Amino acid sequence: MSSFSPGLILMLGALAVPLLRGHVRSLYMLWLPIAGLLYTISLEPGVYGQIEFLGYTLELVRVDSLSKIFGYIFFGAAALGVLFGLKEQDTVPQTAALIYAGGAISAVFAGDLISLFVFWELTAISSVFLIWARRTERSYRAGMRYLIIQVGSGVILLAGLIIHAADTGSIAFGYLGLSSPGTALILVAFGIKCAFPLLHNWLQDAYPEATVGGTVWLSAFTTKLAVYALARGYPGTEMLIWIGVTMTAFPIFFAVIENDLRRVLAYSLNNQLGFMVTGIGIGTEMALNGTVAHAFSHILYKALLFMSMGAVLYRTGTIKGSELGGLYKSMPWTAGFCIVGAASISAFPLFSGFISKSMILTAAASEGYFFTWLVLLFASAGVFHHSGIKIPFFAFFAHDSGIRCKEAPWNMLAAMAIAAFMCIAIGVYPGPLYAILPFPVDFAPYTTAHVITQLQLLLFSALAFTWLQRTGLYPPELRSVNLDFDIVYRKGLPAFARGFVRIFGPIDREARRAALGAFGRVVHQIYRHHGPAGALARTANAGNMVFWMIVMLAGYLVIYFI
Amino acid sequence: MILLHLPALQVVVPLMAAPACVLLRHGRIAWALALVVTWTAFAVALALLLQVIDSGPISYAMGGWAPPWGIEYRVDTLAAFILVIVTSIGALVVPFARASVEREVASDRIYLFYTMYLLCLSGLLGITITGDAFNLFVFLEISSLSSYVLISLGRDRRALTAAFRYLILGTIGATFYIIGVGMIYMVTGTLNIADLASKLPAMADSRTVHMALAFLTVGISLKLALFPLHLWLPNAYAFAPTAVTVFLAATATKVAVYVMIRIVYTVFGGPAIFEQMPIDEMLMGLGMLSMIGASLVAIFQDNVKRLLAYSSLSQIGYMVLGLSLANVSGLAGGIVHIFNHAMMKAALFMAVGCIFYRVGSVHIDALAGLGRRMPLTMAGFVIGGLSLIGAPLTVGFVSKWYLIQGALERGLWPVALVILASGLLALIYVWRIVEVAYFRPSPDGATEIREAPLSMLIPLGVLCVACIYFGIDATATMDLATAAAVELIGSHP
Repeated sequence: MSSFSPGLILMLGALAVPLLRGHVRSLYMLWLPIAGLLYTISLEPGVYGQIEFLGYTLELVRVDSLSKIFGYIFFGAAALGVLFGLKEQDTVPQTAALIYAGGAISAVFAGDLISLFVFWELTAISSVFLIWARRTERSYRAGMRYLIIQVGSGVILLAGLIIHAADTGSIAFGYLGLSSPGTALILVAFGIKCAFPLLHNWLQDAYPEATVGGTVWLSAFTTKLAVYALARGYPGTEMLIWIGVTMTAFPIFFAVIENDLRRVLAYSLNNQLGFMVTGIGIGTEMALNGTVAHAFSHILYKALLFMSMGAVLYRTGTIKGSELGGLYKSMPWTAGFCIVGAASISAFPLFSGFISKSMILTAAASEGYFFTWLVLLFASAGVFHHSGIKIPFFAFFAHDSGIRCKEAPWNMLAAMAIAAFMCIAIGVYPGPLYAILPFPVDFAPYTTAHVITQLQLLLFSALAFTWLQRTGLYPPELRSVNLDFDIVYRKGLPAFARGFVRIFGPIDREARRAALGAFGRVVHQIYRHHGPAGALARTANAGNMVFWMIVMLAGYLVIYFI
Repeated sequence: MILLHLPALQVVVPLMAAPACVLLRHGRIAWALALVVTWTAFAVALALLLQVIDSGPISYAMGGWAPPWGIEYRVDTLAAFILVIVTSIGALVVPFARASVEREVASDRIYLFYTMYLLCLSGLLGITITGDAFNLFVFLEISSLSSYVLISLGRDRRALTAAFRYLILGTIGATFYIIGVGMIYMVTGTLNIADLASKLPAMADSRTVHMALAFLTVGISLKLALFPLHLWLPNAYAFAPTAVTVFLAATATKVAVYVMIRIVYTVFGGPAIFEQMPIDEMLMGLGMLSMIGASLVAIFQDNVKRLLAYSSLSQIGYMVLGLSLANVSGLAGGIVHIFNHAMMKAALFMAVGCIFYRVGSVHIDALAGLGRRMPLTMAGFVIGGLSLIGAPLTVGFVSKWYLIQGALERGLWPVALVILASGLLALIYVWRIVEVAYFRPSPDGATEIREAPLSMLIPLGVLCVACIYFGIDATATMDLATAAAVELIGSHP
């Protein structure tokens, strides 16, 4: 029985979804992740489901503490996703979402690189339907770009694993380290899915284009699967610290100037991933515990934030910060849940982000990475700004946009309520979460020093906003940002961000234009020679063909005689 | 008693049935005869394969004349494997052809179609089974002449010119082959392949032998349509009746690859000859050019049959690459790709045949919305397409895996990258079709289009199942290919 991969429950179960209707379908879909969760809890550590393939042994189910905790949270996220999207009538995204989640879970339990690759690609292909399900030209194109990059990541993974298998003769997926070209390629593949800096654009590009429910699914699985893979294969790789630190810092600038609130969340998702990557790079037991715990709480509060913004989009039809505002009157519950999510991501004491992020910060400090610690602190303040304040403030408060709508439907509220409850529960009683982490936990989050540091950070951030509010300069207009001018606190950071964008924007733009131009020229050249009228595709006459025969004969003769 | 004569029966049964079809002069009856004969041939090939696995290579003296003076039929693992490939496709095409040929060939010529089909089949089987270099030429001509006729049976008038061009080129190719054989006969005084293999290594330094090898490689390269001698193939495949395209794409070029392996490895002594003459590097370079160049052309094609023809060219590149790698993994990868590509390309062309049967066109625009109207056909197309790309759990993945292993064993990682890149290009041209079929709405006012008849769908389904089954459980095919590769390389260490 144990040789049955947990993810298959969702994948095989998904196949029946299109056949069912109404309440039966709803109940069936809710039951699937719960059954999977119970099954995962029942699994004993060990390796099951070995299959011989091309002379290698595949391990479909490898159960240890690391794969188990990711299994739990993935099933939990799947349950939230199903509940949130319960009223969805379109069976395509519902089926795709379950297959997608099942693929991610099976990937987490895969004990070898080949099965990891298969499920890796499966998540890529199934998840794109969540983007396409919006059925607009824009989402189709965004989904296409997303698909190409995700499948590309899989191809690089395959290339890496073949080289690795040829080098070592083993396809086991354990610690890999940066020791050979093969493992370096595998790291690039993981890095694309984890949205490393410069490999990240697909995330902000595609996630906001997905359906209301689709973004919630997407936010939970793809990148966290990559975090799991990194934690499994590359703990303690020093390079990851610098990558992670960059990841925490740079999305903040873009998040500040972005107007689409779901895209703001996508940037902050990228920033939160940075914390996890840094933790993996530090690689001590505490850092890895912190990474896993942060992934666990992150999935919950990020899903909560995406759900609240999804509910807003669902009711108002827009998610532009400049068009929203004052919604707390219409959607008080959603606003409340959003604030819980915002507090969690900002790591307020007694919320889930605090008990996990402080582990990574403490690990960085105790290993003597002072600069790293400093950047992580800065990034924490930045998160507080754009996710903690900007999101709830623009959507639910700010100036009154005049939009009056109904509160979100009951199923969305229920999903948000469960997520919000979990955020607070983990923040108040971190014990149960600490108990299932991969390593024994010797860490107390609620020491005076931790709480004081965090409160100081938050208070000084608040102080900074007050000070910015007093200095009455208006923020300059920025591309695609069309906000009301009385929001003064957007001044200091935007000015800085604008400077950043002013310097790097043109470089980025020029680089992209040059790359696009070069690509266009290459395609044009290929078309000239390979297109229907090109030399290589034309119908040749017999004389021409005979000419080539003579050329080849002469060529062979010359070569053989030399 | 009859078991002893299986090698002869393999060729003689279809050869004798062909004139019988002419005498019958009736399409349906000729079809029934072809059906019985091809399935018999398949059974014979399977029996031969089992016999070879059981007790090693079979040598059969035609008419009781002992080799090397008489004609020898020789079945080793590779030959038995190829025989099974050719006859299995041959047997599956006939049920498919009944409806397809009635739609695409003038009704008074249908019995001629089956005559030529059986002739072509017996020619291909003869090439594979014979152990005599001149006899091979005879069968090469039988299969070539009949395939010219088969191509020209297409209703499209361009089929005639395509067949005529192929006739000119094919004849020159066969002539080159026979010139090459004549030269080695001049030096060694024998035509028996096993005999040649024992005598040639001692004379490998002779100019005549070098000349002979050059003529042979060019002649066979033309028959297997290796870049830049591929120019006859796209039009021939595109304008021939679909059943012919299915059969030729899945067998004719494959048998030519087999001849290339035979000449290079058995006659000229495999890896040893590569140290004297850089034939492997030539073939490797041309193979990779085919893989990339033909895929790029395929991306821009609007006629789906032509698109698949170019994709065939690129897949032939894989096989040639495999044989040029000259190690067991690479050669086994090339050999297994002969089988795998036969399955996937036959499935794809059959799907195209189903589409033509209902829609009457194979232009890419005519496929709009077919994903909903012909779901089974398009599902078959997608499975074949995934195999072309080399997606895991399909046959394409298995052959690529071994080819990449072979390349890496020789430290040629750029070759491995080319293999992966060519797979990505395949993704692009397969996706173009999938996108049109599944994401573009069908044109307004289109006539009601139903799923193709069952007699066409069942062979397509069988091939799709094979594409997936042998992709998941590749032990049977890989064991055969590896055994064949070991026989070829191991016998000349």
